[in-house]
Amino acid sequence: MAAPTTSTTPIPAGLSRAQLHDLYYWMRLTRSLEEKLVNLYRQTKVIGGLFRSLGQEADAVGSAFALDRAKGDILSPLIRNLGSLLVQGATPVEVLRQYMAKAQSPTRGRELNIHFNDLQRGFLGQISHLGDMVAVMSGVALAFKMRREPRVGLVYIGDGAMSTGAFHEGLNFAAVQKLPLVVVAENNGYAYSTPIRKQTAVKFLVEKAAGYGVAGDQADGNDVLAVFDATKRAVDRARSGGGVTVVELITFRRKGHAEHDNQSYVPKAEIEAWEARDPIDRYVRHLTEKGWAATADLAAIDQRVGAELDAAVALCENEPLPDPASALLGVLADPPAADLEWYRRT
Amino acid sequence: MPEVTYLEAIRDGLREEMERDDRVFMLGEDIGAFGGAFKVTDGFQAKFGAERVIDTPISEVAIVGAAAGAAHMGLRPVCEMQFIDFLSCAYSIITNYVATARYRADLKTPMVIRGPSGGYVRGGPFHSQNPEAGYLHTPGLKIVAPATARDAKGLIKASIRDDDPVLYFEHKYLYRRVKEQLPDGDLLTPIGQARMAREGKDLTIVTYSAMVWKALEAAERLAAEDGLSVEVLDLRTLLPLDDHAIVASVKKTNRVLIVHEDTRTGGLAGEITARINEQCFEWLDAPVRRVCGHDVPLPFAPTLEDFVLPQTNDIVAAARWLASY
Repeated sequence: MAAPTTSTTPIPAGLSRAQLHDLYYWMRLTRSLEEKLVNLYRQTKVIGGLFRSLGQEADAVGSAFALDRAKGDILSPLIRNLGSLLVQGATPVEVLRQYMAKAQSPTRGRELNIHFNDLQRGFLGQISHLGDMVAVMSGVALAFKMRREPRVGLVYIGDGAMSTGAFHEGLNFAAVQKLPLVVVAENNGYAYSTPIRKQTAVKFLVEKAAGYGVAGDQADGNDVLAVFDATKRAVDRARSGGGVTVVELITFRRKGHAEHDNQSYVPKAEIEAWEARDPIDRYVRHLTEKGWAATADLAAIDQRVGAELDAAVALCENEPLPDPASALLGVLADPPAADLEWYRRT
Repeated sequence: MPEVTYLEAIRDGLREEMERDDRVFMLGEDIGAFGGAFKVTDGFQAKFGAERVIDTPISEVAIVGAAAGAAHMGLRPVCEMQFIDFLSCAYSIITNYVATARYRADLKTPMVIRGPSGGYVRGGPFHSQNPEAGYLHTPGLKIVAPATARDAKGLIKASIRDDDPVLYFEHKYLYRRVKEQLPDGDLLTPIGQARMAREGKDLTIVTYSAMVWKALEAAERLAAEDGLSVEVLDLRTLLPLDDHAIVASVKKTNRVLIVHEDTRTGGLAGEITARINEQCFEWLDAPVRRVCGHDVPLPFAPTLEDFVLPQTNDIVAAARWLASY
């Protein structure tokens, strides 16, 4: 029997059928882009580490999808939120160029992986010092509030980064100022090799919200619609003047911290249990069982993703690295270039 | 022309910039209702409102981080550190996030972090620090340290208008002790330019902030008692250093004494010495010498603090050594 072409069950969360397909597209694009990167990594074309978000695509995509790009919302991702960047308009070519340190990468070869930004499209890249972005995004949200703009900021924080002082200071400031900020707390089980029980004495990250006097919510991070729904409530609260919400998304990091890490510290059974809850497989089943997508619809999306990624890799794979002397430019607006050391002058 | 103290000059500069540009706002601890621990922002909250003069939690990381985020969005924040000693609480976010933002990501981060630095006020180890050397080593920052009321005003205004992050170190000993007549209206001191505080031909003292006044005092005594003509160069900007002015003075007097209140090891004097060595070694008639704070945390008791910090007598003695070399 062919899958029905129109939905038979009401679509939740106020989404349209096209938007449901978009969610699938972004998750598939995220996973396939990372798979492309793995190939390039094995060919030593990726410079530096490669960070996978396998199994966390729903959390990144569903939460970013709850923002309103037309209104100018801005998010700040963590290393496992590639999907959120794509939703906000970052392109696979940009990500590939970043990982391969190309001259034409958004940071011109100065920064790694998904540490890049475009405030017009609505994303502000993280730095490696975890927690800082909560404070910085509170400033972005402060600017929205001061200018009476109906815009929302969203910042991701992990179970590890919630142990930093910067997280505390940033969230507390945002709470006191009642800023339009959503804090997505990704509970993915491990920070590098450290399990959450060695990171915090609370059972769930959402319990921390009460200590700051802000709203808290929790969702299954591997269910993209549940993620969207919970984040959307928080975004609506922020936009309507209700202040900060901490949204805990419960998910699991199914790869090591980066490609070099074989995850020996994680029990095999734990990984297998989460494989069975793969967010993309689950979503595909959900879409087809409910009649919100035909198998052919999803196959067409897969094909589109594959073609886009092939074209993206072909476009930038052989591009040059940055001109070495460009390293001196743009430390400050004035002077425009740093001094060349005397032993390099001819 | 009205006579204005160093503190009033900072206040006037801040107020004028807030009046001139509604993107300018302030964040800090107790700066609003109370007007700041030293009353630099006295009356600001009443005049500009609580949204532009924000009383924050005791959270230096949040103050700096929020300022950076707002600056990315086109605002021009001014952060107050209640004492500059607490700047170190935000060291990571300043050096890792703020200072690198333009270089790594083309992020505009026009913001000022200001606060009272310096000793001679019996403040003890945590209310007397001179932290400039800790930030000098950070590409992407600018650092200024005014000595006069004119430059206190001129540099705060220039810092606010600068398109990069500026650390503005005001000296609390000078707040109410230094005053001068200042014209009303715009007064801008260019960042990156030293000031000739006193012309001379026998010896140059390179210094900044409160030490400018001790150097001038020493120069007077050396003129009266030794007949020495001492030049005093007030750096005003510590990052980027005005190499041109330093080298020009060295070529003129051929003897250099560098004076700073901050401790000796790893201090700014070492960097200036290296630059003189690199750029005008053959013009020197004597080794470059320095008068700095002793390498100890700053103690509280007056006898201890006065012993540890440079005094005018120290500068006179060091200058005599150099002049007779």
